[in-house]
Amino acid sequence: MDPIALHYDVSGTDFTCAGEASGKIKKALKELGFPTSITRNVAIAVYEGEINMVIHGGGGVIDAEITPECISITLTDQGPGIPDVSLAMQEGYSTAPDNVRQLGFGAGMGLPNIKKYTDEMVIETEVGKGTTIKLKVFVK
Amino acid sequence: MDTYFHSVRLDKDKCRGCTNCIKRCPTQAIRVRNGKARIIKERCIDCGECIRVCPHHAKYASRDSLEQLDSYKYKIALPAPALYGQFNNLDDVNIILNALPSLGFDAVFEVSKAAELISDVTRLYLEKMNPPKPAISSACPAVVRLIRVCFPELIDNIILVNAPVEEAGRLARNRAVAKTGLKPEEIGVFFISPCPAKITSFKQPIGTDKSNIDGAIAINDIYPHLLKAMEKIDEHDELVALHESGVIGIGWATSGGEASGTLNDNALAADGIENCMKILEEVERGNLDSVDFIELNACQGGCVGGSLTAENPFIAKSRLMKLRKYSPVSCNRLPTKEIPSEMLCSVPIEPCDDVMKLADNVQEAMARMSRMEELLKTFPGLDCGTCGAPGCKALAEDVVRGFTTEHDCVFRARQELQDIENIENPEQLEKIIPAPFRETLKKD
Ligand SMILES: Nc1ncnc2c1ncn2[C@@H]1O[C@H](COP(=O)(O)OP(=O)(O)OP(=O)(O)O)[C@@H](O)[C@H]1O
Ligand code: SF4
Ligand SMILES: [Mg+2]
Repeated sequence: MDPIALHYDVSGTDFTCAGEASGKIKKALKELGFPTSITRNVAIAVYEGEINMVIHGGGGVIDAEITPECISITLTDQGPGIPDVSLAMQEGYSTAPDNVRQLGFGAGMGLPNIKKYTDEMVIETEVGKGTTIKLKVFVK
Repeated sequence: MDTYFHSVRLDKDKCRGCTNCIKRCPTQAIRVRNGKARIIKERCIDCGECIRVCPHHAKYASRDSLEQLDSYKYKIALPAPALYGQFNNLDDVNIILNALPSLGFDAVFEVSKAAELISDVTRLYLEKMNPPKPAISSACPAVVRLIRVCFPELIDNIILVNAPVEEAGRLARNRAVAKTGLKPEEIGVFFISPCPAKITSFKQPIGTDKSNIDGAIAINDIYPHLLKAMEKIDEHDELVALHESGVIGIGWATSGGEASGTLNDNALAADGIENCMKILEEVERGNLDSVDFIELNACQGGCVGGSLTAENPFIAKSRLMKLRKYSPVSCNRLPTKEIPSEMLCSVPIEPCDDVMKLADNVQEAMARMSRMEELLKTFPGLDCGTCGAPGCKALAEDVVRGFTTEHDCVFRARQELQDIENIENPEQLEKIIPAPFRETLKKD
């Protein structure tokens, strides 16, 4: 069976759209009948990645590849990149601007959460060029 | 329509004539006369403080009952986002929204949905309309009325955008007309309300001639029925996805939510009626001219603190924060970057500060003020409230306005009595002095 491929553009200019793509991925996984815990983990990880893409990465694209065994997500942006990945991965580290902090973002928990809720997480990033985050959640 | 319709009312039978409400009222709109509280309707802003403070539950908000739904062919529930914070262990707003129809509603339209549109409109408004700074939200009707009564010079700072509940009512009715083919008046739009101020605003609309809301059900009235209906929903039941709002929409239930929805970090939010008054005083002084946007909520914590809610506002807030986590930032936005004219207020907001003026003309007002000063010297300055006015100054004001006489002051009366050398007849004394003070007098 061919994997299901989903593709979403994520606007970097309209913050109010953030979270839409991950919502759609979550809906698709529900419809496909994946266990609730798998759907939840993927949804949270993609959500965090998508919000980062909008707040820090200036928007980009999300691709999902779904097979019965594994859900793979790639989030790609052409933003400023992450200068120090291990620092960014630390809980509580955040460079989020004030206007989104008031909405509850900027706790510096996004990347650590992605790590926590996925089985594989690879960050490829280059300052000035952009960031690509590849995630995998296995359906055990 | 009575120009001074108020949702906040007094149950005379329950009122014991104590001083709790007169002391708490932010606009000094309550007096105790002949042993019962009286609300001065020109001053009341329906903030609900007296409902919260009255130990005898003598203050209440007039609202509709679920039976009222029967007057319409098609009934729509507009749940306030504050409703979502009332339930323990709720992890899906759709459970509430799917339970509402079993209480007699044909459709549900979330106010948080309209709130996200109003957030969009507010962003554009601040960007394009160049409003006087600081722009003040018009969403809390108690605050709008507070400005009209006590801070009329700030009326131009109020953002003339529909309140989310009005916008929700408009959209819900349009949707229902399109769906059912019924006439607009055959459709009943009912707000599930956290507060009396909103209920008042439907009867006496702000910024429009006619409200889009036909009735209001108090959250604490519907709560037990809704809870039962929600319990009937099985966890395996297929829920209809009626929840169509995100972080911003739900945020409107708590203080700071509306401000954060502007995505402007030069915004300020204050809650609780006394804090609101302090901020408005700062605005009056010109100290906040550099702030872009001010959100004010009469209730502590925002609408979750409304006097008709069922749950403690702090608990409700923490639940809402959990509920909205991992939600889209917003699920509703304007189709274009233009503000639709129907989302703006169609009628200007007028001051209603006449009631606060001492007299119609300055000469007379000055004369009254001097007389007040004189009177104040003869009062003890205890602000005890036993006279039925919230404080000595308020009594002096009531006297010069001709509503009562200085003899209401028990301490002054006591002084006068002491001046009378021989009080032969103690019964005569008891007639004049209120019960709590008789003992002290006798000892003298
Ligand atoms: N796509 C990205 N492009 C550039 N920088 C990023 C990107 N994603 C994350 N970062 C950087 O890593 C930091 C940590 O990210 P993380 O998601 O953990 O926290 P946050 O987004 O600041 O706050 P939270 O996710 O808790 O709301 C960010 O503040 C930002 O500096
Ligand atoms: S803060 Fe909300 S609940 Fe309280 S009076 Fe204002 S609109 Fe009503
Ligand atoms: Mg993040």
